[in-house]
Amino acid sequence: MNSVPTHIERIRADFPILKLQVSGKPLVYLDNAASSQMPQPVIDRIVRYQSAEHANIHRAVHYLSELATREYEAARIKVQHFLNAKESREIIFTRGTTEAINLVMHGYGRALIGHGDEIIISALEHHANIVPWQMLAQEKGAVLRVIPMNDAGELLIDEFEALFNAKTKFLALTHVSNALGTVNPVKEMTAFAHKYGVPVLLDGAQAAPHQSLDMQDMDCDFYAFSGHKLCGPTGIGVLYGKAKMLEKMQPFMGGGDMILSVTFEKTEYNVIPYKFEAGTPPIMAAIALGAAIDYLNGIGIAHIEAYEKTLLDYATEKVAALNGVRILGTAKKKAAVLSFEIKGVHPHDVGTILNAEGIAIRTGHHCAQPVMKRLNVPATARASFAFYNTKDEIDKLVDGIRKVQEMFS
Amino acid sequence: MSDMRQLYQEVILDHNRKPRNYGAILGANRHAEGHNPLCGDHLKLSMNVQGDKIETIAFEGDSCAICKASASMMTGAVKGKSVSDADMLVEEFRGMATGTLDPEHQETHLGKLKVFSGVKDLPSRVKCAILPWHTLHAALHSEFSVTTEDQADSFSGGE
Ligand SMILES: Cc1ncc(COP(=O)(O)O)c(C=O)c1O
Repeated sequence: MNSVPTHIERIRADFPILKLQVSGKPLVYLDNAASSQMPQPVIDRIVRYQSAEHANIHRAVHYLSELATREYEAARIKVQHFLNAKESREIIFTRGTTEAINLVMHGYGRALIGHGDEIIISALEHHANIVPWQMLAQEKGAVLRVIPMNDAGELLIDEFEALFNAKTKFLALTHVSNALGTVNPVKEMTAFAHKYGVPVLLDGAQAAPHQSLDMQDMDCDFYAFSGHKLCGPTGIGVLYGKAKMLEKMQPFMGGGDMILSVTFEKTEYNVIPYKFEAGTPPIMAAIALGAAIDYLNGIGIAHIEAYEKTLLDYATEKVAALNGVRILGTAKKKAAVLSFEIKGVHPHDVGTILNAEGIAIRTGHHCAQPVMKRLNVPATARASFAFYNTKDEIDKLVDGIRKVQEMFS
Repeated sequence: MSDMRQLYQEVILDHNRKPRNYGAILGANRHAEGHNPLCGDHLKLSMNVQGDKIETIAFEGDSCAICKASASMMTGAVKGKSVSDADMLVEEFRGMATGTLDPEHQETHLGKLKVFSGVKDLPSRVKCAILPWHTLHAALHSEFSVTTEDQADSFSGGE
């Protein structure tokens, strides 16, 4: 007789891809920080939209266009609630975190940051939250200041506070580090920046999938995340911005939908959020993101957070117990990421050998080369967890690490 | 490829542990650097070429086992050879690693270098094996730095 499936078994059954065999072994997917997998209800939502609901939005009076528009706007409201934003017009759909940050750089930065002004970022940033600000600094003659971190991968708060002065015009900070898993005290840091009247953008790409978020409580001015790390599809992301900030910004791209009226002399821009959504948006992807949020709410964000903590604690304990393995990133507050180094073995070789065991991890610099440089490593191996991973999978990772060590001994 | 021993053969592991011709040549007349942005491999090659002959060659850098062993065995294979012989090996190695040349059934000069034939089944690792050879090509034909991103067989990843 079959036993009743456990909670985690039921969750795993929602993800068709988890049934895959890789290299003849059951897939152990531990690369969730790069991109998460999609559950059946989200896949079904995509199929339903494309089979029975698709048309262009905001344009026509026919049935399908009205339906697609309604579903697209319903997804915006789901995101609003997910973030506990005050208003749905504070939610802008973008292609992902990268585009969201670039939107703020262009729309806010190019209009309101000038020569000699200072932009603060941190030592933990992903390239997506470094390069746009560097481009802006170069264009405007502004200066980039970097909050340093300690060996554990925690930002130095005293040094952060010391960076502020009358020239400080912007703070762009990651909520959770993708390379090390550090959770930054963003609420406190935001409050400090606001004392200087400095607006704050938080890169939430690695936070949104793992914890509940409350924009009104965090009080940040901008928050960015990607759908594909949140059980949704690629090609969709979100920029949250306080209405009063968005209203004073310049549009990012010009085109259809972002205008009220166009003559060859002058264009009157649409209201927010549409001012920032030029052209036909990824309608299907936005609706699927809404379905992904429904799915995560169904599991319970609090459950996800608590369960992933047990996974991370278990993995940390098991991996730390191995001889010749060093964990990189030992911040007191961490989320779902375990970066490590096996003595004498390059991470890329670790990744290849684990792949032969069916285990998917990320190896490399994780688009965070300054983090690698600070820790004096060329690259790391990184296992990153989701609520559908299990302790059994972590045991397989640990066995895999032992195999790597045997091979290279 | 699921049997990792086919890729990580003892020869490769040995060259990784004890790379030959490791370091920099003082007063070298040819240099090049190679990068593989995907995994952070970084290689510096220095050589002395007299007339048409590679008199000495050495490499240094931070890289994975496949890249380091490939560089180590490459230096052994081309030292004392003519520039045109080295060019031919570059072509053959590239062919083997990308799967356009089958050293088991086609005549080649690869010899021991055939241990790298397994990488052709691992697209993400092809670049690691080829990087030293691209760098050699650059040093011989005086381009200063190469990155695997410029190559047609490029295989890149972001996040
Ligand atoms: C912290 C962080 N920021 C930004 C990004 C970029 O996200 P996307 O590639 O979806 O735009 C990532 C993706 O890995 C990330 O981890």
